[in-house]
Amino acid sequence: MPKEASFLASSIGKKIVMAVTGIILVGFVVGHMAGNLQLYLPAHGGEHPLDAYGRFLRTMLHGAGIWIARGTLLAAALLHVWAAVGLTRMNMAARPVPYQQTAPQASTLFSRTMRISGFVVLAFIVFHLLHLTLGKVGPFEHGKVFQNVVQGFQNPGISGFYILAMVCLFGHLRHGVWSMLQTLGLSHPRYNGLRDRLALLVALVVVLANISFPLAVLAGFVKL
Amino acid sequence: MSHDMNLTLQVWRQKDAKSEGAFQTLQAQGISPDMSFLEMLDVVNEGIIKEGKDPIAFDHDCREGICGTCSMVINGRPHGPKERTTACQLHMRSFKDGDAIAIEPWRAKAFPVQKDLVVDRGAFDRIIAAGGFITAPTGTAQDANCLPIPKENADLAMDAAACIGCGACVAACPNASAMLFVSAKVSHLGLLPQGQPERMIRVRDMVAQMDAEEFGTCTNHGECEASCPKGVSLENIARMNRDYLKAKVVERPPVASSGGF
Amino acid sequence: MELKSNIPSGPIEQKWDKHRFDMKLVNPANKRKYKVLVVGSGLAGASAAASLGELGYQVECFCYQDSPRRAHSIAAQGGINAAKNYRNDGDSIRRLFYDTVKGGDFRAREANVYRLAQVSVNIIDQCVAQGVPFAREYGGLLDNRSFGGAQVSRTFYAKGQTGQQLLLGAYQALERQIGLGQVKMHTRHEMQELIIIDGKARGIVTRDMVTGEIESHFADAVCLATGGYGNTFYLATYAKGCNGTAIWRAYKKGAAFGNPCYTQIHPTCIPVTGDHQSKLTLMSESLRNDGRVWVPKKAEDCGKKPSEIREEDRDYYLERKYPSFGNLAPRDISSRAAKQVCDEGRGVGPGGRGVYLDFADAIGRLGKAKIEEKYGNLFEMYERITDENPYEKPMRIYPAVHYTMGGLWVDYNLMSTIPGLFVLGEANFSDHGANRLGASALMQGLADGYFVIPYTIGNYLAAHKPDKLDASHPEAKAAEEAVRSRVSRLLGVNGKETPTHFHRELGKLMWEYCGMARNEAGLKKALQLIPELRERFWKEVRVVGSGSELNQSLELAGRVADFLELGELMCLDALERRESCGGHFREEWQTEDGEAQRDDEHFAHVAAWEYTGEGKAPIRHVESLEFENVHLATRSYK
Ligand SMILES: Cc1cc2nc3c(=O)[nH]c(=O)nc-3n(C[C@H](O)[C@H](O)[C@H](O)COP(=O)(O)OP(=O)(O)OC[C@H]3O[C@@H](n4cnc5c(N)ncnc54)[C@H](O)[C@@H]3O)c2cc1C
Ligand code: HEM
Ligand code: HEM
Ligand code: SF4
Ligand code: F3S
Ligand code: FES
Repeated sequence: MPKEASFLASSIGKKIVMAVTGIILVGFVVGHMAGNLQLYLPAHGGEHPLDAYGRFLRTMLHGAGIWIARGTLLAAALLHVWAAVGLTRMNMAARPVPYQQTAPQASTLFSRTMRISGFVVLAFIVFHLLHLTLGKVGPFEHGKVFQNVVQGFQNPGISGFYILAMVCLFGHLRHGVWSMLQTLGLSHPRYNGLRDRLALLVALVVVLANISFPLAVLAGFVKL
Repeated sequence: MSHDMNLTLQVWRQKDAKSEGAFQTLQAQGISPDMSFLEMLDVVNEGIIKEGKDPIAFDHDCREGICGTCSMVINGRPHGPKERTTACQLHMRSFKDGDAIAIEPWRAKAFPVQKDLVVDRGAFDRIIAAGGFITAPTGTAQDANCLPIPKENADLAMDAAACIGCGACVAACPNASAMLFVSAKVSHLGLLPQGQPERMIRVRDMVAQMDAEEFGTCTNHGECEASCPKGVSLENIARMNRDYLKAKVVERPPVASSGGF
Repeated sequence: MELKSNIPSGPIEQKWDKHRFDMKLVNPANKRKYKVLVVGSGLAGASAAASLGELGYQVECFCYQDSPRRAHSIAAQGGINAAKNYRNDGDSIRRLFYDTVKGGDFRAREANVYRLAQVSVNIIDQCVAQGVPFAREYGGLLDNRSFGGAQVSRTFYAKGQTGQQLLLGAYQALERQIGLGQVKMHTRHEMQELIIIDGKARGIVTRDMVTGEIESHFADAVCLATGGYGNTFYLATYAKGCNGTAIWRAYKKGAAFGNPCYTQIHPTCIPVTGDHQSKLTLMSESLRNDGRVWVPKKAEDCGKKPSEIREEDRDYYLERKYPSFGNLAPRDISSRAAKQVCDEGRGVGPGGRGVYLDFADAIGRLGKAKIEEKYGNLFEMYERITDENPYEKPMRIYPAVHYTMGGLWVDYNLMSTIPGLFVLGEANFSDHGANRLGASALMQGLADGYFVIPYTIGNYLAAHKPDKLDASHPEAKAAEEAVRSRVSRLLGVNGKETPTHFHRELGKLMWEYCGMARNEAGLKKALQLIPELRERFWKEVRVVGSGSELNQSLELAGRVADFLELGELMCLDALERRESCGGHFREEWQTEDGEAQRDDEHFAHVAAWEYTGEGKAPIRHVESLEFENVHLATRSYK
């Protein structure tokens, strides 16, 4: 009998890391999307709600809050990627000789492209941070969140990349959310239908809302 | 009763584990729709032998869908196109005259090809040996009816126990993962009261062996369930994940079992 | 050769207890010094190997499949008997004993059968403890059904996969011992020879079916649990790999062969569809609990759709001939009845070789859902094979070879006439006499492996010093040589016909002359045709490839070569048994209404054949059977 592998080295262990970090990441994306909806609110008192929101984020718990959040997110993302890479390695090694012909029955385009969609989302996050947090892309004024967003999205190139990234995010969540539940053992014949619908719902809402922002700006519906 | 058909086969030929393999094109003539897929291969092999050439080696035994020996990927699907049907129970009426049929062995690092379509599935036995049992040495048993078991559990256990160990789940999984097979045994024994004492050690040790055999991991594609001839359900995988989480995170590592975390 | 049955003295209820006390024990500390080879990993082999491993013996186990879990026991569908009397319907050890002796048409050894009935109860306990998911009732207690002509409900089952679940239980226990290093498993290894040293069985020679390597394995005792030899008939419900090789080698090394002619023909199998047919599939007999068997009264109706044949034009012949047992009449009887009506030209389906098994009434009575719950997977299997829906159209069934009651002769301790060679399960001449009742083979296999051999082998070993042997031993060398020359001989023929061709030919002969009904003329004919066929085989067979690789046509050729000899002995035994009993029906011995007619005066005995050399006639020895507890009576199921 082999000396049993440690939790993190084991296949299921990695999967569970994937799922738990997945929850955090999904949670963030949903919340973040909701926060960003303030883009559509009118400015009042000279300041746009989004700017106020940004200030609130930066100042909550005397400024500690955001660092806690950032820490958690970063850790989650790193662990998530670490696990993803580990699993991907194992899976590629597990079938050295490929099939000449395959006829997928149950797997989906999304389930088969998790690695790609995930990777694009990763690239997106990097770009996105450079863009709206660090302001290394295009015009940027610290604290002027609304203005930064709108000016950014007025650039079709930037908007285009956002939209592409969101399409990938859709695929990632569409499979990821139900996969996550299955991985955590949340399965019961009575509710399994729900799992799938939940995944679809989350993916649709997040992505449609996120895509609407650049489109709204390009359409001139949201302007400075 | 429709009449005979002629088919073109693309079959994987490989002399032994060490040699390189390649596809060979063969003709199957005068095939009756009432033949099973393996009987079709018998006919082809009879022809090959008469020519003094090497017949196609393929695994089979019971030919009634229960022993789990037959194992071949037919047109990209383990056990072929018919749901819930092993290759030996697949009948030629599922094909039509002139069809081209590609036949490949199970492909997984843990299932090395021994010849043509014959693979070594010893990894499954080693996983069972690692923990896929209830320790009940002969003679130790109490009266069978001392232990009532809710019918529902008994039936669920039976559904999981219906696994024939064919390996189609591994063959079908894009990651060559053995999760469905392993979870079927973990569920069968874990659903029964007799299985409780070893439940946590069992899942721990079986998963450890599964990983040691270098199967892939499960990213929930669901192909395994779709090509399982016995309809073993994905619910078993969820159940195993649950048990594993409990075993590794919640349970204190038993003194008996090595390692832990 | 003398046949010492070694039946313990005393009243039948106490024989086994007394014997267990009288037998010598091996000191626990010494057990690990003894090695036992178990050939076969079916119910008998796996349960034996696991139990012996648990006891502390060094065990090596062999099977020809790629995993011990695939042994043919896996295919058993119907169930396993046990005298638990959970139904309170009057069952008891004595009744199971009585039913088995009577069912076997008074050709079994009383003491063995009684022991079988006694341990049947422990088997169910053992299997449940292992986690075998037997069918249960809502109360959570075990369910039973009545099966194979029994009037009490004593059959335990797991869906339609009883054999599979029982075997997995034994297999898991075996794998546990393998994991613990107590048992060494050799898969894809075929036994080709038995090694005898100083008159005792001391080892076997195997061929590694992947590398072709031929090697010897030594031990202090050898157990053969290699199953039945029904594939002699080519078309049978057996797995393709089932073979007589192991027992045939043992026979040729001096183990007596008991009642080779006793074959069971199962009444409910799916009929043959054409020459391409490679095997026959059984439809569990449990179907007869709810299905009604019939054929048209008039031969001219046979062409019609069953739905078009009016009730009064149907002949429910089993219900007509056997009012009290009806559709549940024992296998040999139902099979012969089916043959009769087909011979009368009233058979249905291709070639007129089939009868209907009709569920219309049951579906009307219990509803489709209930029937589906009971037989769903069997109905599916039937539809998969025949493309016909048995919920709408009656099944077509026909008898097929299913079990061999004959096998190597063993004494009460399951030891053959070769000291140290034990034979378990279907491979021995068994406790079923001339006919096996449904659900009793699983029982016997597990009884032998779990509850008999662990005691009796200890008794044998206790009297022998463990000692090591090595491959350089002349006997081993000779045995290995025999295997090698045999392989090269097969490869050397280089004829023009495939091994399967000869197997089919033999099957036709056996089915025609040594099948459901036999007669002197036919058997004599077969005894002349089979040697001719064998001769042609050795002149014209074509085996391609080499001996040093995975070579399936070589494997098959070797098995066919043995069937070609075994088949002859079966016919010879059938000829010499001048009576009808159970599965052995001699047309010359039947009552005016066509029932089997035993001749207890001359044939209440076991025939055990001794091999005397190539081309020489074997000697027929007899072990007479005493019936002190069940009175010899004509078996009547009317
Ligand atoms: C379709 C079918 C249905 C049945 N249904 C029932 C039922 O419902 N109830 C019932 O009681 N009985 C039933 N029977 C009968 C019963 O299943 C068998 O008699 C019993 O399982 C035999 O078990 P065994 O262990 O003796 O042999 P098997 O299970 O046949 O095992 C034989 C073992 O020997 C090995 N072996 C054989 N030859 C060699 C060799 N040369 N070298 C090495 N290894 C070898 C094989 O690999 C295998 O492991 C059924 C039989 C069939 C065919
Ligand atoms: C089109 C949709 C999106 C818009 C309009 C948007 C907008 C913004 C804005 C304005 C900020 C800066 C907030 C501030 O600095 O106060 C920000 C930060 C961030 N966004 Fe987005 N975002 C979008 C989608 C996403 C997505 C899909 C992800 C993750 C997959 C994401 C991850 C982040 C992260 C990690 C930060 C940094 C938070 C911090 O630590 O300050 N965003 N986003
Ligand atoms: C940063 C780069 C990322 C990569 C490389 C990546 C990759 C992967 C991979 C390979 C999987 C496993 C596939 C599966 O289990 O079905 C996965 C699962 C998942 N990912 Fe990502 N992902 C990334 C980012 C994200 C982000 C930003 C989110 C959230 C918005 C996310 C949410 C999920 C979820 C919920 C799962 C399912 C977990 C599970 O199956 O148990 N991932 N990811
Ligand atoms: S789970 Fe299904 S596919 Fe996998 S081995 Fe078992 S029976 Fe075969
Ligand atoms: S197909 Fe593979 S990925 Fe998981 S769900 Fe089945 S094992
Ligand atoms: S040969 Fe037994 S399952 Fe196919």
